[in-house]
Amino acid sequence: MFTNDKLSTDKLAAWNIGVAMVALALGGSMGLFQKLEHAGTNLYNQLNFIGINSYYQGLTLHAVLNALVWTTFFIVGFFTFAIPRSLGRPLKYPQIQIAAFGLMMAGLIMAAIPILMGLANVLYTFYPPMKASPFFYIGLVLVVVGSWVAGYGYYFTYGAWRKENAGQRTPFIALAAIITMVMWQIATLGVAIELLWLVIPWSFGLVAGTDPQLARTFFWFFGHPLVYFWLLPAYISWYAMLPKQAGGKLFSEPLARLVFWLFLVLSIPVGLHHQYVDPGISAGWKVMHAILTYSLFLPSMLTAFTVVASLENAGRARGGTGLLGWVRKLPWGDPSYASQNLAMILFAFGGISGLTNASYNLNLAVHNTIWVPGHFHLTLGSAVTLTFIGISYWLVPKLSGKQLFSRTLGLWQAWTWFIGMLLMSNGLHILGLNFGVPRRSALGFAPYAQEAWNPLLIEALIGGIILTISGLLFYVNIVGTLVSKKKLTAPIEMPVAEALNPEPAPAFLDTWRPWLALTIALIIIAYGPILFDLISNLNMTAPPITIR
Amino acid sequence: MMHIDRSERVFFIASAVLLVVFALAIGISGFVYGIQVPQPFAKVNPVTIADPEKSDFPTFALPAAERIRELAPGRYEVYVLAQMWKFSPGSVNYGEPSIKIPAGSQVTFYFTSRDVQHGLKIVSADGGRHTNVNMMILPGEISRLTATFDEPGTYHMICHEYCGAAHQTMYGVLEVVNQ
Repeated sequence: MFTNDKLSTDKLAAWNIGVAMVALALGGSMGLFQKLEHAGTNLYNQLNFIGINSYYQGLTLHAVLNALVWTTFFIVGFFTFAIPRSLGRPLKYPQIQIAAFGLMMAGLIMAAIPILMGLANVLYTFYPPMKASPFFYIGLVLVVVGSWVAGYGYYFTYGAWRKENAGQRTPFIALAAIITMVMWQIATLGVAIELLWLVIPWSFGLVAGTDPQLARTFFWFFGHPLVYFWLLPAYISWYAMLPKQAGGKLFSEPLARLVFWLFLVLSIPVGLHHQYVDPGISAGWKVMHAILTYSLFLPSMLTAFTVVASLENAGRARGGTGLLGWVRKLPWGDPSYASQNLAMILFAFGGISGLTNASYNLNLAVHNTIWVPGHFHLTLGSAVTLTFIGISYWLVPKLSGKQLFSRTLGLWQAWTWFIGMLLMSNGLHILGLNFGVPRRSALGFAPYAQEAWNPLLIEALIGGIILTISGLLFYVNIVGTLVSKKKLTAPIEMPVAEALNPEPAPAFLDTWRPWLALTIALIIIAYGPILFDLISNLNMTAPPITIR
Repeated sequence: MMHIDRSERVFFIASAVLLVVFALAIGISGFVYGIQVPQPFAKVNPVTIADPEKSDFPTFALPAAERIRELAPGRYEVYVLAQMWKFSPGSVNYGEPSIKIPAGSQVTFYFTSRDVQHGLKIVSADGGRHTNVNMMILPGEISRLTATFDEPGTYHMICHEYCGAAHQTMYGVLEVVNQ
C-alpha cells in the first residue's frame, strides 16, 4: 500500500495543523486577559504591540482564532491525514488540497488584518447592523470556501475508492469524516447566504439597510451545526482510534455509523434553539426546533455508551476486573489517552448544561449570560480542543518523525487543562445562572457589577491561569518535539480500532441517498416556512453602524 | 437488521424516556405556568422609530416618562428604546429616572433598538430574586414579554448582547416599590 506509511499529502496535513496551533496559541492567550479584566485588572495596554487595544478586540480575536481557525484548519489537516489511510488509497487530486489550503490561508490573512487594525470589533457572530471592514467578511467567506474545496478533494477520493471496491463497506473513519464534511457543506450555506446577500453588499454601501432578524436566522442555520463540525472529528478519535490506543475494540461499529448519519440529519434543523428569545420568530417554530434538538441528544447518548463500552473492553483486555476496576487499568500514563479521556469527562458536564440551553423556556434563565461560555468551554474548549491536543500527541510525532519531547509534560498538560476548565466553567455557570451576569462583557467596567460576583470571578480567573499554564506546557512539548534530534525509534501508525463484532454493518448504513434525502427534507420542514415568512416580510431598514 | 447489545438498547430507551420527562416539564412550565418566550409582534423601521411624524409605532416617539403607562391598577406597559448605550426610560447613568412600579404589578415590556442589536435580562440588583425576562432586542423588530413582580426591590435591566465599546455600561434600573 504505502511505503513506510508516508504520503505526499502529509506535508499539507502538517501545514494545516501548524496553522491551527499558531491560531490556538494566540487566540488562547487572549483568554487570560479576559479573565483578568473580569476580575478588575485591565491589561489590554500591554497588547498594543500586536495591535490589540481593547477587551472586545481581544475577544473577537479569541473567538475567531479558537472557534473558527484552530478548529477548521485542524480538522482539514486531520482528515487529509486520516481519510487516505482509512481508505488505503492516496488522495485522488492532491492539488485540490493545496488549492484549499491556499484559499483558507488567503481568507485567514484577509480577516486577520482588519481585526488587528481594530476595524472588525464585531466578535465572531458579526451580527448586523454592526459593521466591520468588508474585508473581514470576505476573508471569512474565503476560509469557508476553502474548507468546501478541501471537502471536494475528499469526495473525489471517496468516489474513486467506491469504484475500486464495489460492494465493500466504507471503512468507518473515512465514512465518518466524509459525513462530517457533507454536513459542513450544507450547514455553511446559511452563513454564505447571510454574507453574500445581507452583509457584504451592504458593508460596501451598495444597499442602505439590512434585515438583522433574517441575518441571525441564516447565521444560526450555520452556527449550531458548526458545533458538530468541531465535535464529530473528536468523536471519530473517540470511537475509532482511542479504543485501539487503549488496547480494545470498538463496541458496536454499526451503531457508531448510525450515530454519524443521525448527526448529518439532525445537526442543521435545530438552529432556532439559539434564537428562543428572538422577537421575530413564532413560538411554534421554536418548539419544533426544541424537539429536534432533544432528538439530537440521542446520538450523543449512544456515543457516550459505545465509547465507554469500548474503553471498558480495553480495560478488561488489560486485566481490569470488577465493576469499575477496569478504569484504573486504562493507559492513563499515555498523554494522548489521558487528555482524551479527561475531555470526555468534561464533555459530560457540557452536555448537561447544553441540554439546559436547549430547553425552550428554561433557556430564559441563562440565555446570553456567562453560563453560555461556561457551557461551550466544556464542549468546544474541552471535548474538542483537549481531544485535538490528545490527537496531536501521536500525530505530531508521526508527521515530524520525532519522538514526543516529554510524556510527563503531556500528562501535566492534560490534568491542568482538566482542573483549570472545571474551575473556570464552574465559576461561569454559577455567575450566569444565579446572578444573570451577561456574557461577552467587559465586566471590570460594568456599573451594575455586584460584590457577590467576586469570589466566582476569581475562581474563573484561577481556572484561566491554570489553563494558560496548560497551554504553555502544550506548546513547550510541541516545539520541543519539532526541534528535538530524537528520531522515532518505532514507526507510528494511525490507530484504527477493530469492531468487536466482525459482522459488517448493514447496507443502509453505507448508502447516501436516503440519508441525504432525509437531511434535506428535515431542513425544508424546519426552516422552509420560517425563512419564507421572514423573506416575504423582508425588513431591510437597518443601516450599517461602524464599531470602533 | 443489525445486532444491538441488550444493555445498549436499555440505555437508549432510558435516555429517550428521560428526554420525554424533560419535554413534559417544559410543556407544563410553558402552558400551565405560562412561562413563555417572545413572539412576533411588529416590524418597524429603526431609523424613524422615535420620530413623531414618521414612526410606524408612535408610542415609541413619546417622551420617556409617557412610555410607562398604567393600564389599570397593578397592570403596566413600558415601552423602552434601546440604543448605544442606554435604555430609555430607565438609564440612571444618563440622568434618567428609574422605572418605578408597585409590588405585585404585572408589567408588559415592549423593547426595540434604534441602532445595533441589544439584549435584555432583568436581574435583581443584589442577587437572589429571579425574573424570566430575557429577550433579544433587534432594530426592526419589537420584543414583547410580560412579567409579574411580586417582591419589592431594585432590579437591573442589563444589556446582554454586545453592542460596541461601552456595552458593559448599558443598563437601566427598575424599582419595585411597596405600596
